[in-house]
Amino acid sequence: MRINKHPILDFPERKKVSFTFNGKKLFGYEGDTIASALHAQGIKHLSDSIHKKRPRGFYCAIGNCASCNMIVDGVPNVRTCITPLKEGVDVRKQDGKGRF
Amino acid sequence: MRRVEVAIIGSGPAGLAAAKPLLDAGAKVLMIDRSDMLGGQLTKQTHMFFGSEKQHASKRGIDILKLMVDEIQYHENLTVLTETTVVGLYQDRVISCVKHDEYFKIQADYILVASGASEKSLPFENNDLPGVYAAGAVQTLMNVYGVKPGERVLMIGSGNIGLIVSYQLMQAGVEVPMLLEAADTIGGYLVHASKIRRLGVDIRTNMSVKRAIGKASVEAAEIWRLDKHWQGIPGTEEIVPCDTICLSVGLAPLTELLQQAGADIKYVRELGGNVPIINKKYQTSLENVYTCGDVAGIEEASSAMISGEIAGLEIARSAGYKIDNIDQHISRLHDDLTNLRNGPHGEKIRIGLEKVGVK
Repeated sequence: MRINKHPILDFPERKKVSFTFNGKKLFGYEGDTIASALHAQGIKHLSDSIHKKRPRGFYCAIGNCASCNMIVDGVPNVRTCITPLKEGVDVRKQDGKGRF
Repeated sequence: MRRVEVAIIGSGPAGLAAAKPLLDAGAKVLMIDRSDMLGGQLTKQTHMFFGSEKQHASKRGIDILKLMVDEIQYHENLTVLTETTVVGLYQDRVISCVKHDEYFKIQADYILVASGASEKSLPFENNDLPGVYAAGAVQTLMNVYGVKPGERVLMIGSGNIGLIVSYQLMQAGVEVPMLLEAADTIGGYLVHASKIRRLGVDIRTNMSVKRAIGKASVEAAEIWRLDKHWQGIPGTEEIVPCDTICLSVGLAPLTELLQQAGADIKYVRELGGNVPIINKKYQTSLENVYTCGDVAGIEEASSAMISGEIAGLEIARSAGYKIDNIDQHISRLHDDLTNLRNGPHGEKIRIGLEKVGVK
């Protein structure tokens, strides 16, 4: 899902950053957020809603709507759309509210 | 507790434009943003700006951002806190912040709330399905991170954002088969609409999305025709295969911080929702708390920059800094705003401002 050719923007080659999603090894690039790296791998389903357990993806991408909250290195409710991707982070789908 | 002279919450076009005159005057400025980069929505705006040349018209948003950041970023009196969310604003001008695991408070002599706006959603069945994304979010994903939101996008809303993002999607190699508009006319500039029409986007007025179809993410959309009261007409449904439904249905000012501190707020439909009551100096009802940009009423980036510059100058003046010809400068900026709000596209904003009491 990466853009290869663009008439205005350059997306030069960047350093690979590896991380895990639900235990599976994936990689993104330096400069990605967690949500953009997941989306680039076709992963849109980031959490399940609190009561009806409906699939949730991201919505606003500015850290406002909480739709992209996930568990990152054991911490729930991390706004993955504004959290830069770091080498080796453990990212997990969040079920409902998440527990500390 | 840390003390600062001026705290600017938000580093979009309004906040950046406010920082410059403050720093030039000699004030110490702390700029706070929850993102890891400065610029707010300018970071993803690859299109050329319209409006006035003084606000960089015909330059691309991303290039305007570079210019604005270059002007201030190495200033010795500027401190920047990114990845920092302001979670509280109090009447004694204490703000509480969260950065990663850290929680801390800052007291400021002056606070400028330039928090911008958030995108609205639209009520329809399955509107919470992954793949239903706000237009600004789609723009961020493509233009900042180089990731496509999907392969085939149904766009909802024909304001300038909906039209421009449709074009940008196609630039990124994404198919945009159709754009729906609930009203009977196109909302944005016709020059943008013509451009995407020529590229094959089927623009349909009096139509909206009835429901999103899909299990774990969007697989198609069911659309239908609307009557003149914007109610769906049964029997007119059609299925549009798509993996993304992009909503460009307006913005709402992010006034939560000002509301929490107890600033006077009024609901003004024309300005996008709850907005702070302000005067011509962009002062709120709270002592030494100012505001500018979209949080004071939804407009666009050029007017956000002008309002930011006015607010910055007014804070500098209030703090006792001497600035040459400040009255003429501010009066010119107000003239620029008036010019931007002229004509039929500015009518809503003129009505809204009248309701707030700013002329």
